[in-house]
Amino acid sequence: MTALDQPRSLIPGPLSTLQRIRNLGTESWIMLAGIVSLCAALLALLVMPLYSLLSKAVEDDKGAFVGLANFQEYFSSAGLVQSIGNSLTIAGLTMVIACVLAFIFAYGITRSCMPFKRTFRALATIPILAPSLLPAISLIYLLGNQGMIKGLLFGETIYGPIGIMIGMIFYIFPHVLMIMVTALSTTDARLYEAAEVLGAGPVRIFFTVTIPGAIYGIVSAAVIAFTLTITDFGVPKVIGGQYNVLATDIYKQVIGQQNFSMGAVVGLVLLLPAMFSFVIDRHVKKKQVALLSARAVPYHPKPHKVRDRALLAFCVLMSLFLIGILGTAAFASLVTFWPYDLSLTLAHYDFDAVDPNGWSSFYNSLKMASFTAVVGVVVIFLGAYFVEKGRGFGRLRSGFHMLAMLPMAVPGLVLGLAYIFFFSRPENPLSVMYSTMTILVLCTIVHFYTVSHLTMLTALKQIDKEFESVSASLKVPFYKTMLRVHVPICLPTISEVMMYLFVNAMTTVSAVVFIYSPDTKLAAISVLNMDDVGDTAEASAMAMIIVLTSVTAKLLHGLIMKSFTARHSAWRQRTG
Amino acid sequence: MPFLEIVEITKKFGEFTALDKVSLQVHEGELVCFLGPSGCGKTTLLRAIAGLDIQTSGHIFQRGKEISNLPPTERDFGIVFQSYALFPNLTVEKNVGYGLVSNKMGRKAVGERVAELLDMVGLPDSGSKYPAALSGGQQQRVALARALATSPGMLLLDEPLSALDAKVRVRLRHEIKELQRQLGVTTVMVTHDQEEALSMADRIVVMNDGVIEQVGTPTEIYREPDSLFVANFVGEMNQLSGVAAGPHTVQLGTATLSSQSHGLETGTKGIVSIRPEDVIPHGPGARSPGAPDELSDIQNAFDGTIQEMEFLGSYWRARITGGLLDGDSLIADFSMNAVRRMSLAEGKTIKIELPSDRLRLFLGDDKGPEA
Ligand SMILES: Nc1ncnc2c1ncn2[C@@H]1O[C@H](COP(=O)(O)OP(=O)(O)OP(=O)(O)O)[C@@H](O)[C@H]1O
Ligand SMILES: [Mg+2]
Repeated sequence: MTALDQPRSLIPGPLSTLQRIRNLGTESWIMLAGIVSLCAALLALLVMPLYSLLSKAVEDDKGAFVGLANFQEYFSSAGLVQSIGNSLTIAGLTMVIACVLAFIFAYGITRSCMPFKRTFRALATIPILAPSLLPAISLIYLLGNQGMIKGLLFGETIYGPIGIMIGMIFYIFPHVLMIMVTALSTTDARLYEAAEVLGAGPVRIFFTVTIPGAIYGIVSAAVIAFTLTITDFGVPKVIGGQYNVLATDIYKQVIGQQNFSMGAVVGLVLLLPAMFSFVIDRHVKKKQVALLSARAVPYHPKPHKVRDRALLAFCVLMSLFLIGILGTAAFASLVTFWPYDLSLTLAHYDFDAVDPNGWSSFYNSLKMASFTAVVGVVVIFLGAYFVEKGRGFGRLRSGFHMLAMLPMAVPGLVLGLAYIFFFSRPENPLSVMYSTMTILVLCTIVHFYTVSHLTMLTALKQIDKEFESVSASLKVPFYKTMLRVHVPICLPTISEVMMYLFVNAMTTVSAVVFIYSPDTKLAAISVLNMDDVGDTAEASAMAMIIVLTSVTAKLLHGLIMKSFTARHSAWRQRTG
Repeated sequence: MPFLEIVEITKKFGEFTALDKVSLQVHEGELVCFLGPSGCGKTTLLRAIAGLDIQTSGHIFQRGKEISNLPPTERDFGIVFQSYALFPNLTVEKNVGYGLVSNKMGRKAVGERVAELLDMVGLPDSGSKYPAALSGGQQQRVALARALATSPGMLLLDEPLSALDAKVRVRLRHEIKELQRQLGVTTVMVTHDQEEALSMADRIVVMNDGVIEQVGTPTEIYREPDSLFVANFVGEMNQLSGVAAGPHTVQLGTATLSSQSHGLETGTKGIVSIRPEDVIPHGPGARSPGAPDELSDIQNAFDGTIQEMEFLGSYWRARITGGLLDGDSLIADFSMNAVRRMSLAEGKTIKIELPSDRLRLFLGDDKGPEA
């Protein structure tokens, strides 16, 4: 039969959905199944819990619908409303200070000729390796009632806003710095040349070229600083004293008073600033892309004695602060009785003596972090692959991408709280997971999903978009090409994402604090508990164990990647 | 039976129609070029043929078998992209053999086939290199070898040469054409480079704004363009305002000239076109055997003044005004020979002939895109 024999009355019209589904090849089915399962997973692990949280906020403790009664109660309680003001004040001030410090630090790293830039950059990542409880504990050692240098406070107390802010600055510094460095590195040297040729002085250049060029990065950094501060729970829990903020209110309502409905209300209140920041950040990021043309010439700073020395001094001071905080915790964990008996001992590392879970919480953490890294990276890679390289199912794919962006806007505490409401219900078939290691792993993956997803997406975007087409024309199924080509090419990013997940799973407190069980208690939670009952030295010791684990993981990762790259990545070099 | 038949293919991206009821037949063993300006839908049509972006409506038949809705894996084609899309982490051998391994050939047979293919594209010793170690032209050949490895019934090339520099491009044109002829593989190639299309294609499909303007051999497309668009897009073309004076005549300024039959109603305004190299100068010393004795006997001619002359290597390009031109100017290419014989120079007035078999009238008052 020739084409001309085909009945021509068969007017070519659009295919119905049914026809399209019937025409799907095996591969499309596999892809469809993959995307659908991932969407279902994020729905079950993110959207539905959040919905439970919402409905909890309009129910009383017995589960009856009470409308906005809980909100009324909340807003009529002066103490609770006070926390909103406190949270905003702390977050606002911390944001400003952290941004200024990080900007100067980043300026030194990117725009000066001072020595040791790499060292400073590495030192600045210290806080990432520790739970946010650590800086708070260290500050108490230094400036608390028995503090060694409490005279520096001139009678002010560290238990309250001052302590929270200093602790938060330590904790968020690397995150803010990273964005600032990126903002200041992506600049076009020609703009500076042009400004100089036109006779602008250094001050004028700074305000007309440097700042405008970095402005989106600065806004983005400010937004991150604000969100991290307002949603963090570890620092204010340890050092906040009588000064209440939203994050500690949630914890007190839920864990202290078992008032779940009120906890849900505070959770929703906390969700607002986080969502708001998220929207601003997205908006700013979109604008940023267009700013840098592909032809930009990289900027190379010229030596300038006064500037370079001043920046060096600043970076040294800032690094001393970071090292000092970490060092204090390390030292305190190693001395017999701070500050009276400073003889060295390892006694505080005998966790089994003070805590019923003892060392087992550390093993739990190790297990949880490893599973999170391994399972997480597989899921995140597949998700990003489907979004970026999938064929067909356009709406489903962009729907999944939107779901994947959502976790960024949900503070850990809110996520954890939502998990209680959703998974503790006996009528929910998923409740079998409640109080297991599985739920901790899944919760942590979801909690840190967005950043990992975006990182993976960026790596995949750089891969030629025609690989799938070539593979199809050669009749090789997409998943084979994904394994043989995309995975090897993305290996550096894959391992980076694994590292990110591992370290965050080791240090996180906020989401998991609501859903751990005695059998699955984690190291970071032990830090919290031991600090709560006054075993501060042991808390420091456990925090140090977490830091050491993170550092070891990073070093191992570096080593493995180095030897692996040497053996398996000949293709990355141009010599053949 | 055509090897490939495309029937009223339409492709929409949302509201935007990228292809509008395109129909086309490709015969076995021929090399067809899709030629057109950026954004006209060439790639879209090629991807519909490959099944990479399924058309919104319409049918595609390969050897009489309907493939309209088959996924690419179930179609029979090899493809080469502008970026080559070589897998950077696999050696040249592995790249070329990529589609063979899964076809359950023995390892040895695969090795032999890969060697044969690399030999064929002139890279017998590069098997163990990685793509990054090859030049652009070499990468392009590897991509070609990979596409041909499974002996597909059809070869699709999307701007395969546009990422190369001019010299390599010209050489590869011949190599690809030669290879295609040797293997007899039906080939569809997308390009926006008219020279490439003219020199390589058996037939050219000129596209514009989602529709096919004309299909024909390179000489047909060049000598007998069906539309002003084609006339302008392929090669260079003078465009002068004119009016239809009869079925075979056009009025240009005050003169009536005979032209190719144009099918426009008498009195319709249009664009009169002629290629610069078809303009014939007549001056003293231009006599050639059989030419009319008197300059005034020459048909289809007028007196024009050479305003400017520009030397372009193998010929001279002149801008001519006056007479019928009514303010327009006419671009004419004169051979070195003619310039010498007739002592053509700026400021001179000569007789200019517009041969009737090269003179066309098209509908339209705007002058269309510049070629
Ligand atoms: N995925 C898409 N979504 C929306 N519009 C598209 C998409 N792909 C192509 N188009 C539009 O369809 C039109 C035809 O695109 P196509 O890529 O086929 O052009 P082309 O002829 O290959 O051009 P070029 O020479 O620039 O490659 C263009 O206007 C393009 O913007
Ligand atoms: Mg194209």
